[in-house]
Amino acid sequence: MGPSGGGKSTLLRVVAGLESPDSGTVEIDGQDLTGIPARQRGIGFCFQHYAPFRHLTVRRNVAFGLEVRRRPKAEIRAKVDELLELVRIAHLADRYPSELSGGQRQRMALARALAIEPKVLLLDEPFGALDAQVRQQLRVWLRELHEKISVTTVLVTHDQEEAMEVADRLAIINEGRLEQIGAPAEIYDKPDNEFVMKFLGPATELDGAWVRPHDLVIHNEPGIGGQGAWVERITHLGFEVRVDLKLDNGSSTWVQLSRGAAAELDAVPGDQVWVSRATPSKRQGALTEVVS
Amino acid sequence: MLRPAARASGPTLIVTYLSLLVLLPIAAILSKSFQNGFGSFWTAVTQPEALAALKLTLICSLLVAAFNSVAGLVIAWVLVRDEFPGKRVVSAVVDLPFALPTIVAGLTLLSLYGPNSPFGINVADARIGIVLALAFVTLPFSVRSVQPVLAELDRETEEAASSLGASSSVVLRRVILPSVAPAMLAGAGLAFARAIGEFGSVVLISGNLPFKTEVASSWIYSLSQSDQLSAAAAVSTVLILIALIVLGAIGLVRRRFNVGEAV
Amino acid sequence: MKSRWRLPLRTVALGYLALLVVVPVGSVFYRAFQHGFTAAWDAVTTPEAVHALWLTLLVVLIAVPLNTVFGVGVSLILARHRFRGAWLLDAFVDLPLAVSPVVVGLALVLVYGKTGWFGNWLAGHGIQIIFSFPGIVMASATVALPYVVREVLPVLQEIGTDQEQAATTLGASSFTAFRRITLPSIRRSLAYGVTLTTARVLGEFGAVVVVSGAIAGRTQTMTLFIQDSIDNLNPVGAYAGAVILAIIALVVLTVLGGDREGRKAKWRSPSDQSPSDSETLSPSTTSVLMSPMDH
Repeated sequence: MGPSGGGKSTLLRVVAGLESPDSGTVEIDGQDLTGIPARQRGIGFCFQHYAPFRHLTVRRNVAFGLEVRRRPKAEIRAKVDELLELVRIAHLADRYPSELSGGQRQRMALARALAIEPKVLLLDEPFGALDAQVRQQLRVWLRELHEKISVTTVLVTHDQEEAMEVADRLAIINEGRLEQIGAPAEIYDKPDNEFVMKFLGPATELDGAWVRPHDLVIHNEPGIGGQGAWVERITHLGFEVRVDLKLDNGSSTWVQLSRGAAAELDAVPGDQVWVSRATPSKRQGALTEVVS
Repeated sequence: MLRPAARASGPTLIVTYLSLLVLLPIAAILSKSFQNGFGSFWTAVTQPEALAALKLTLICSLLVAAFNSVAGLVIAWVLVRDEFPGKRVVSAVVDLPFALPTIVAGLTLLSLYGPNSPFGINVADARIGIVLALAFVTLPFSVRSVQPVLAELDRETEEAASSLGASSSVVLRRVILPSVAPAMLAGAGLAFARAIGEFGSVVLISGNLPFKTEVASSWIYSLSQSDQLSAAAAVSTVLILIALIVLGAIGLVRRRFNVGEAV
Repeated sequence: MKSRWRLPLRTVALGYLALLVVVPVGSVFYRAFQHGFTAAWDAVTTPEAVHALWLTLLVVLIAVPLNTVFGVGVSLILARHRFRGAWLLDAFVDLPLAVSPVVVGLALVLVYGKTGWFGNWLAGHGIQIIFSFPGIVMASATVALPYVVREVLPVLQEIGTDQEQAATTLGASSFTAFRRITLPSIRRSLAYGVTLTTARVLGEFGAVVVVSGAIAGRTQTMTLFIQDSIDNLNPVGAYAGAVILAIIALVVLTVLGGDREGRKAKWRSPSDQSPSDSETLSPSTTSVLMSPMDH
C-alpha cells in the first residue's frame, strides 16, 4: 500500500514478470524467477480495469489459461464451472464482459487467474475502479475467498481502509522505498516513521510528537496533568466527535472522541480544557492504563 | 512487453517494404529534380507551361476546397440533424466518389456534362469541367471531416444561446460555426491536397489543353512520356511540397483543436 | 434547427448530391446499356477486356494482402513501442496520401526503370518491373499503403496492452496472444481498412498509367482499359467496363456502409448499458458465500 506513483504497481508487475527490474531478484517458493518471462512464472494477475477479453464470453475468458495449456475439454469445462460457482457468476457464463457490471468483471478476472492454479495471486488495485459500497462488499468477499482458496496473494492498493481490512501483512511503499512491513495493527500502533504514521491513519501533533487523535484525552480539570488548551470547534461526525483545540503554547491540535466521551466532557467552544496522551508515544513501546 | 512481430526480421521486413515502395522512390524524385543543379530545377518549374499548369491546379483546387467545405457542411448537417426515409442511402452516395475509380468518375462526368450531354451542357475542354471533377472526388473528405464533429455538438450550448435571445442565424454564426470551423478547415485541407494531385478524373473531361485546361499532374505525365524525367521530377517536387505543407498545417490544426480523424 | 430551414436545406443537399454524384453515375449505367445488353456484354468480353479484368483482380490479390500485413505490423510497432523516430514512420506511411498518383508512378520509374537507380542491377538479373506486372503491383500497393494503418492503429492504441498482458500471465506466448486476443479485437477496423485498400487498388489509374506502359493485352488494367476504350472511340466498352468497376465499388460501399453504422454504435460507451453492481452484489449474496465455511 502507498500513495499513487510510489512504485507499488511497478513492484507488483516486476513480480509478475511484466516489467524487468534494473537490479535485484524475484524468488517464488525458493525458485529464482528473475529472468523468466511472465507466462512461465505460474502467477495469476488481476488488473484494475479487469483486462477482460472482450470478444470472448465469460466462460471462454475463464477457460483461456487452460485452453492455452491444451487441457482436455472436459477438464476445462469442469474447472471453469467450479470457478464460476465459486465467484458466483455461473449464471453469466455465456454473457460477454461488456454485459457485466464492474464487480462482476473483476470476479470473472479472479476466476480467470485462479483457473491456472497459480502459486501467487497478484492483484493490482483490483477494486480501484468500483463504487465505494461495491468495494467494501468485494473486500469482504475477497477475504472469504482467500480463506477458501489459500493462495498466497499480494494486493496493491492506495486505499488505507482496504489494506487494513484485507491484509495479513502490510507493506507500506513510498517513493520507491519500502517504509515498513508488518501486521496492520502493529504498523498502525507502532509506525516506524512519520510518513507511515500520517499515511496509515489520522495523526496530529502534541508536544512536537505525532500522535493519534483518538489516543488523546481531554479533561475538564487540570489536576491529572496535561496541557492547557482552548476548545476552538466541536464537530460531530456521525459516531465520532472531533474537537479542535488551541493549545496554550499557540499550536493547534485535534482530538477524536466517541460520542459518549464527548457527552461526558460536555464542553463548548471557548471552554478551557486540558489534553494529554492516553498512551505514551510509540518510542517507549509499553502500554499504560488509559488515563480517565 | 509483447512483441508479436519481434523476431528481429519483423521490423526489418516492414522497413524494407516501406523503403522499396515509399522512401527510395521519393528520394529518387528529389534527387532527380536537382540532378542538373538548382538552376535547371528552377527552369523546369518556371517554364511557362509548367507555371500555367501549376497556377490552374492551385486555383481550381482552392476553389473546390472552399466550395465543398460549405457544401460538405450542409450535407453533413442534413445527415446529422434531419430525418427522412433513405438517409442511409444518401450516406452511401456521399462515399461513392471515394469508392469509385477516378477514371470512372471522370467518365461519369464526361457522359453527362460532356459533348454527348443529354442536358446540352458541355463543359469538356473547359476549366469548369476540372472544377466539377475535383468537386466530385473531394466531396467525401469535406462531408466526413465535419460530420462527426457536428454529431458530437452539445445541443445544450445552442439551447442556452437561444434562451439568451439569439436568433438562429446568430446561433449558427457564433455557436455552431466556431465549433465546426477546425474540422471544416481540416476537411478543406484534405480536399485541397487530394485535388492538386488528382489525375484520373480530370484527364478525360479536361482535354488537357496546354495553358488552358492542363493541370499539373497532366503536365507531369506528358513530361514523363517525352522522357524529360528531371523536369517531371522538379514539378513533382513542387506538388509534394505544397501538399506536405498543407497536410502539416492540418495536423497542427487537429492537435490544437483536438479534432479527430474521420477519413 | 428551425423547421422552416429543414426542407430548403434538405433540398439543397440532396440536389447537390444528385447533380454531382447520382445522375452522373446513373448515366454511366445508361450509356453502357444504351445499345442493349448484348452490345455491352460483347464489349467487355473481348480478349483485351477479359485480360484487363484478370490483371486487375490479380493485382488486388497480391497488393492487398501485402499491404494488410504491412499495415498490421506498422500499427503494432507504433502502438506498442515508443521510440524517437515514431512520428517519422507515421509520416512516411501517410506520405502516399499527399502525393499525386502520377508522381508515385514517376518515382517508381526513377528507381526501378531502365535508367533508374536499380535499372542496371535489375536488367542484369533479368527482372523487369516497369512496364510489367510487378511494377503495377508496386504502384497499386504504394498508393494504397496508408489505409490499413490508419484504421488499425487508433484501435490498437485505444485498446491498450492490458488484455495482451493478461494473456501473457495466463501462459500465452506472444504469438498466441496476438492470434487469440489482438487480432480479434482489431477484426472490425482491419476489415474496414482492407476494404478501403481494395477499393483504392481496384481504382488506381494515374500511377499505373505511368508505370505500366498500358500495353493492351499485357499490362493493361481495367482502369487503363476504360481510358483506352474512350481514346479508341469505343464508348460502349468504356462504359461497360466502368459498370463492372462501379458494381464492385458498390459492393465495397455496402460493406463499408454497414461497418460505419457499427462503428458509430461502438462510440456509445459500454458503461451506459452495463448493469450496476448494487443490483448484483447484495448482502444476501455475500452471506451465502459464507455458508460453505461453516461446514
